[in-house]
Amino acid sequence: METPNKQALVDLLLQLADDDFLYSYRGSEWLGLAPHIEEDVASSSIAQDSMGHAAMYYQLLEELGLGSADMLAHTRLSHERKNTVLVERVNGPGYYMETPEYDWAYAVARNYCYTLAKKIRIDALKKSSHAPLASVAVKINMELYYHLMHWQTWFTQLYSSTETARDKMDAALALVMADFGDVFSYGKNGAAIEEARLIEGENILLDRWYAAITPVLVGLGVTLPEIGHERNGRDGEHTPDLNDALATLGEVYLLDTTAVW
Amino acid sequence: MSGMDRLHDDIMRALDTVKDPEIDTVSILDLGMFESFEVAEHDGGYAVNVTVLPTFLGCPALEFIKQNIIKAVSGVDGVSRTEVGFVFEPPWTSDRITERGEAGLKAFGIAPPRQSEEGEWQIDCPYCGSTYVTMENLFGPTACRSIVYCKSCKNPFEAMKPVSTLM
Ligand SMILES: [Zn+2]
Repeated sequence: METPNKQALVDLLLQLADDDFLYSYRGSEWLGLAPHIEEDVASSSIAQDSMGHAAMYYQLLEELGLGSADMLAHTRLSHERKNTVLVERVNGPGYYMETPEYDWAYAVARNYCYTLAKKIRIDALKKSSHAPLASVAVKINMELYYHLMHWQTWFTQLYSSTETARDKMDAALALVMADFGDVFSYGKNGAAIEEARLIEGENILLDRWYAAITPVLVGLGVTLPEIGHERNGRDGEHTPDLNDALATLGEVYLLDTTAVW
Repeated sequence: MSGMDRLHDDIMRALDTVKDPEIDTVSILDLGMFESFEVAEHDGGYAVNVTVLPTFLGCPALEFIKQNIIKAVSGVDGVSRTEVGFVFEPPWTSDRITERGEAGLKAFGIAPPRQSEEGEWQIDCPYCGSTYVTMENLFGPTACRSIVYCKSCKNPFEAMKPVSTLM
């Protein structure tokens, strides 16, 4: 593969890997805190699947000679990360080990919007010019089907529930949309990613996302809040939340990077 | 039977002793996780390279399965080295589970994954065969299983999720 294409591929894979890595981490922080025992099992199962997806992307990067998957996951600094800001945000105030006051409405709104976006991207990746990426996408897609079904059920149920639930969901959805601007972005060098036909264009995917979520929102009588563009995580623009997450995620690995766990 | 045929049979028999780490009534052959193996001369014996399809990507059992394959195949007469590789092409789908695999799952109390022609998930109670069941939790104790309740015999049970490339 010639150099400009390789750089484009690396950029895209890092975006995909970092997205699922952080998404999985935020999901795992609900362990023991989810609204009921069934949800505890479901959330951890989805977090585990998603970590498996991140591992696949890091593995593809390892195969391209970018260093080991573990190193890519754990040693890159905040400004080198390419995940969307949406997945790095904390679940709410407080720390997991102390007194977490996490917001379940925010978790449901974020997970549904993110998973729907992931589904749109995975469908596009099945036709990627990079064959190993297309194969991984086919595999991830099968698991994603259940994730999307799960979050769409929660999203619909909370919105169809009490006045309080609806207010909380509205507030949560506004927060999610404020960070949604970079979800379908490929960053500064995005043109190279599209030219290499690694995935379809940003706007095509965003339009598909709108087309998919609109009937759900219309059914619930919800107006989608405006999408914000304050930061672009694809270009390494992140919030302090990411630093804290990376410190926790890398804690064990960074104790001794040569150890076999 | 030639020496090579015997080696081939012995390896297949060894692979059939490798069970799912959590469901000891089904082997990796029953589940359709086994894809192929290659044999090459090595060190006066044979090196065997086994190719396996992972079921779910984040499945923590994969490393155990890999170690168990190495242990089982290395025990075959004439094998001096065993390697295991996971591949995603072809993708593992639930229709790779054999009839014996379905029986093994049922024996363990797990409903095998079945889909109708239209792609609808069909779940029969593994205890009484009733189709009068309700989904309790799409996500069960492992990534590949859901928790279901049988309204006929009033037993909770697990069902393996159908996965196909059409989803
Ligand atoms: Zn029954």
